[in-house]
Amino acid sequence: MEDNSATKIEEEDKSSQKPEASESHAEADSHWDLDILGEGQVGRGTLMRTAMGGIALLWGGMTLYPIYSYLKPKASDKDEQTKVTSLEVCKVDELPKGSGRNFRFGSTPALVIHTPDGEIHAFKAICTHLGCTVQYRNDKDAIWCACHGGQYDSHSGKNVAGPPPKPLAPLKAEVVNGKIVVSQA
Amino acid sequence: MVGDTRRGNKLLGFLEERFALSTLLHLAEKKKVPIHRHSVWYYMGGIAAIYLAVQVVTGILLMVYYVPEIQSAHASILKINSQIDFGWFIRSLHSWGANLMIAVVVLHLFSTYFMKAYRRPREFTWLSGLLLLVLCMAFGFTGYLLPWDDVSFFATKIGLDVAAKTPVLGGVIADLLRGGEAISQATISRFFVIHVAVLPICLLGLLGGHLLFVQMHGMSEPDAFKNLPAPKKTYEKFFPNFFFKDILVWILALNVLFVLVMLAPWGIGPEADPFGAAPIGIKPEWYFLSMFQFLKLVPPMIGPIEGELFGILLMGIAALAFAVLPLLDQGQSKSISKLATAYGVIIAIAAIALSVWGALS
Ligand code: HEM
Ligand code: FES
Repeated sequence: MEDNSATKIEEEDKSSQKPEASESHAEADSHWDLDILGEGQVGRGTLMRTAMGGIALLWGGMTLYPIYSYLKPKASDKDEQTKVTSLEVCKVDELPKGSGRNFRFGSTPALVIHTPDGEIHAFKAICTHLGCTVQYRNDKDAIWCACHGGQYDSHSGKNVAGPPPKPLAPLKAEVVNGKIVVSQA
Repeated sequence: MVGDTRRGNKLLGFLEERFALSTLLHLAEKKKVPIHRHSVWYYMGGIAAIYLAVQVVTGILLMVYYVPEIQSAHASILKINSQIDFGWFIRSLHSWGANLMIAVVVLHLFSTYFMKAYRRPREFTWLSGLLLLVLCMAFGFTGYLLPWDDVSFFATKIGLDVAAKTPVLGGVIADLLRGGEAISQATISRFFVIHVAVLPICLLGLLGGHLLFVQMHGMSEPDAFKNLPAPKKTYEKFFPNFFFKDILVWILALNVLFVLVMLAPWGIGPEADPFGAAPIGIKPEWYFLSMFQFLKLVPPMIGPIEGELFGILLMGIAALAFAVLPLLDQGQSKSISKLATAYGVIIAIAAIALSVWGALS
């Protein structure tokens, strides 16, 4: 009994190494006649190993796909109500020249600046480098990012120093009845 | 041995019959620790283990009062700090313990690297150790967000945005971790679950493997010791000799932790404001500082490649080399061995220099 099975395993190994030799060695019960690809008979061991691998992959996929979908954030999670087109930030008197204010514009952080020369500008406050929230720095008269020291021009939002690769996204700022109103540019 | 326990009291006999204590004791006594100039480094793993025990106990205690919810997280930490008896103590132990644990794991890693303890048959001990450090850093990263103060908010934001720049899977993984486009309740929930459930299971499992390998292979011997003539090699028994010294070292390590906790209880910043500006002087925890500083130094664009991506790739290659070089240095050639040592020195110096620079700038 034992001897018999040992030789079979040996033969199987041989046949999997040299598929072309397998035909001459072929034994009725160690191969199924599965010459699907025209590459000679497939050893039972090879078939089983392939099948096991395939099943394992399928099973893994079947398990992982629902888990992935479960964890994946949904687009609908985005709060529609937080979409804003225009917003009253504060009275002009509350924002003296040479200062800035961070505020919430819908779902994005935003920044409005009253420059020392009296202009009012607004930007999305998301640093174009790695997305930190920027602030106005009076001492530099510039928009500044605390995370890696990126700087932007306070009038145009253009990136002028540090790592940021692009200018800040602009918003429209106007004064209506003594109040600062910011809207999508 | 069996004779010993039989002569002991009934309880010992009872336990012996059921748990084969004498076999364990026999194993522990057979294990021997080489004595040489660099023997102190054999204590590092044990210190890391005792700090881990502190993290597990204090972490479980924190979970009793911590609330992983965006409106309550910060308040619950304030409450732990100010209203719960010994709350400040438990929390400071956890925060300081996290830092000490990572520091010790880093020391442990470099000491095994320079002693070349990774050579055959200990390759998997080395690799599992590296992974353990990665898990510890993941613990630090996820735990840091939980108090929901201003620095933790932006540290997480930057960390995930950097991760998102990693090619292929970076974006998907960052999204899965963040649970959306912005750091929000979804992020807190995910980080909390990872911190208190996923990572502990992974860490304990991997640590089990790591320790099993150490038991199987015994303590490694540096070349200088191995090449001594047999009579000159001195060892001590793991049990009881080394074990009792281990306990002494643990007491010292715990005392270091207690002193830090007493002198500098862990604070908390103002609550995170997702629409406020990033706080001035924001920096990541010290163990991420070298990478942070490195990325800061890379220019925004290098040719056609974005600077971040370039920096990430470069660090990835450096880390991979650090993992793989030991597998190539098997003591077969002096030059490869020297190369491995030199590379370790470069990595260590670069990491220290960048961290100090980052801390000062
Ligand atoms: C089973 C193990 C652990 C559990 C159950 C656990 C649980 C917790 C909980 C509930 C918090 C939130 C409370 C707080 O922020 O103070 C926390 C925070 C934290 N954890 Fe863990 N933790 C474990 C292990 C670890 C490990 C091994 C490390 C690092 C090596 C670590 C590092 C941190 C850090 C850095 C914080 C933030 C501390 C702070 O600022 O308050 N934790 N952990
Ligand atoms: S995120 Fe603003 S400079 Fe890096």
